[in-house]
Amino acid sequence: MSAPVPAATDTTGTDSSRPDATRPDSSQDGAAGPASAAAVAAASRGAGAPDASGSATRSGRARRSRSGSGNGPISLVVLPAAVFGLFIGLWYAVSEGMLNQQQRFMLPPPHEVVRIGFLDGKNFSSMMSALKLTSEVTFAGLAIAIVIGVLVAVAMSQARWIENSLYPWAVVVQTVPILALTPVLSFFFGFALTSRIIVCVIIAFFPIVSNTLFGLQSVDRGMHELFTLHHTGRLTRLWKLQIPAALPSMFTGFRNAAGLAVIGAIVGEFAFKQGDPGLGTNMSVFTSRLEGERLWATTLTASLLGIAVFVFFGWLARRVVGRWYQPKRG
Amino acid sequence: MTITDTTGVAAGTGDAAAAGANAAPALRFAGVRKQFRDGTVALVDTDLTVRPGEFVSVVGPSGCGKSTLLRIASGLDDATGGTVDVASRNVGYVFQDATLLPWRNVAANVGLLAELEHMDKAERSRRIGEAIGLVGLTGFEKHLPHELSGGMRMRASLARSLVLDPSIFLFDEPFGALDEITRERLNDELLRMFVLRRFAALFITHSVAEAVFLSTRVVVMSGRPGRVKADLAVPFDYPRSPELRYRPEFAALCGEISGHLRSEA
Repeated sequence: MSAPVPAATDTTGTDSSRPDATRPDSSQDGAAGPASAAAVAAASRGAGAPDASGSATRSGRARRSRSGSGNGPISLVVLPAAVFGLFIGLWYAVSEGMLNQQQRFMLPPPHEVVRIGFLDGKNFSSMMSALKLTSEVTFAGLAIAIVIGVLVAVAMSQARWIENSLYPWAVVVQTVPILALTPVLSFFFGFALTSRIIVCVIIAFFPIVSNTLFGLQSVDRGMHELFTLHHTGRLTRLWKLQIPAALPSMFTGFRNAAGLAVIGAIVGEFAFKQGDPGLGTNMSVFTSRLEGERLWATTLTASLLGIAVFVFFGWLARRVVGRWYQPKRG
Repeated sequence: MTITDTTGVAAGTGDAAAAGANAAPALRFAGVRKQFRDGTVALVDTDLTVRPGEFVSVVGPSGCGKSTLLRIASGLDDATGGTVDVASRNVGYVFQDATLLPWRNVAANVGLLAELEHMDKAERSRRIGEAIGLVGLTGFEKHLPHELSGGMRMRASLARSLVLDPSIFLFDEPFGALDEITRERLNDELLRMFVLRRFAALFITHSVAEAVFLSTRVVVMSGRPGRVKADLAVPFDYPRSPELRYRPEFAALCGEISGHLRSEA
């Protein structure tokens, strides 16, 4: 049986995981799973677009509330809930309708997953410690990917030849099958935490580079000329013009990368099993033991972790650029 | 770069236009030619002089190289022939779009150029306040560009240039995207600033009425490749009142310029 991939995080990552997806996807929320989209929208409401000036003009407020009218409580709560109900129904249909007693371990019914996977105290606490470890790998990998990815993108934005030399290799890093790297990674970095984090970095790296580079390069020409007229140096131009202008697409990249980082952590734990078990380690163990209930509980937990980081970056983006950047919605 | 560079300009004094008539040109194009890399010739044998205190508008058919003229004057582009003299390094450039940084509020946007020129902080904030007052944006200092109307954004853009108190102003169809009422209001206010600061101005526009209302001289350019076809003095005194637009002499001059343009098209 192949490893189940957390569904929600997968959808968040698909756009950017294609090597040609160099453009930040402005319709991100629409493309993501409905549950996470709703969660993101709800989070943005909770946070509220911070208004530093505290004196938005009437037209500014009107614009905000008008865009909110299409997002009433019905479309934010009822619709995702309906999809959730449909999903659970389908799950039962497959589990109890299509699989016989011997096959049911592949997809045990939801209540069994909840009972054995989540409500059993011992199972739950071992899952929580696995979740903690996987979260640590995710955040470490994501942080490293963000630092390296942004630096690489900034370097590429400074000279055409740097971009031409590096960009193809950023694509290669994205497409290389991780499993092929396991022997060499294990030789240099061992079978434990370090190698897991490296896998995570490799998987999360590309959307950060491509979105940051796109943001840095899509600064309005007139604004560049304004800086040129005043003989602005590269660093000042980067700091006062390009990086602030790139922030919205950088955050799109971070958010996509965050979903991928969870997958990266789990894949890393699949491949490098030494040390404390993470969610991926457990998935591999439960798969071989045919413990379907715990496997699916772990999968759901991994999905929740993916949604959590996705929502977090959505919230952070609104905190940082929401004040001045309003993506156009349909 | 000195910020208070007032080369050749009797800044703010009463009859600067008269004084400027004998002064060295603020801006001079002599036999300027511009050919783009793709072979398109935008300008040929273009001669144009703007003296200190003069407000010169350039009208002409689309694609006649009007904007190219400004880009060459500002150094954004190089001429491929002829000579260009710019008397001062302190040149203000107002773009077609307001080009405000969307993450900066009005005050921070207005201060941007002063910041890029390393003006000290106290002086900068004094001048920001002054410029914002001059363009009538007092009270909107903390607003972000997306919270402003198109006209207000353009005012902020003007203020941003005014902060450096340039002796030469280049305008690239700054009000082209605005509605008629807003445009006329901004014309009135631009003239107020011109009378106050008496910079040398080269103003590109599609509107004959705007050109006549603002300028001491209107230059008509020919279609591509562009060259100066007619150069007409505008005899009205400053300050000019909005009612000038409805006087018969004004209409007559507009008609004459339109005639030059028509024979061109």
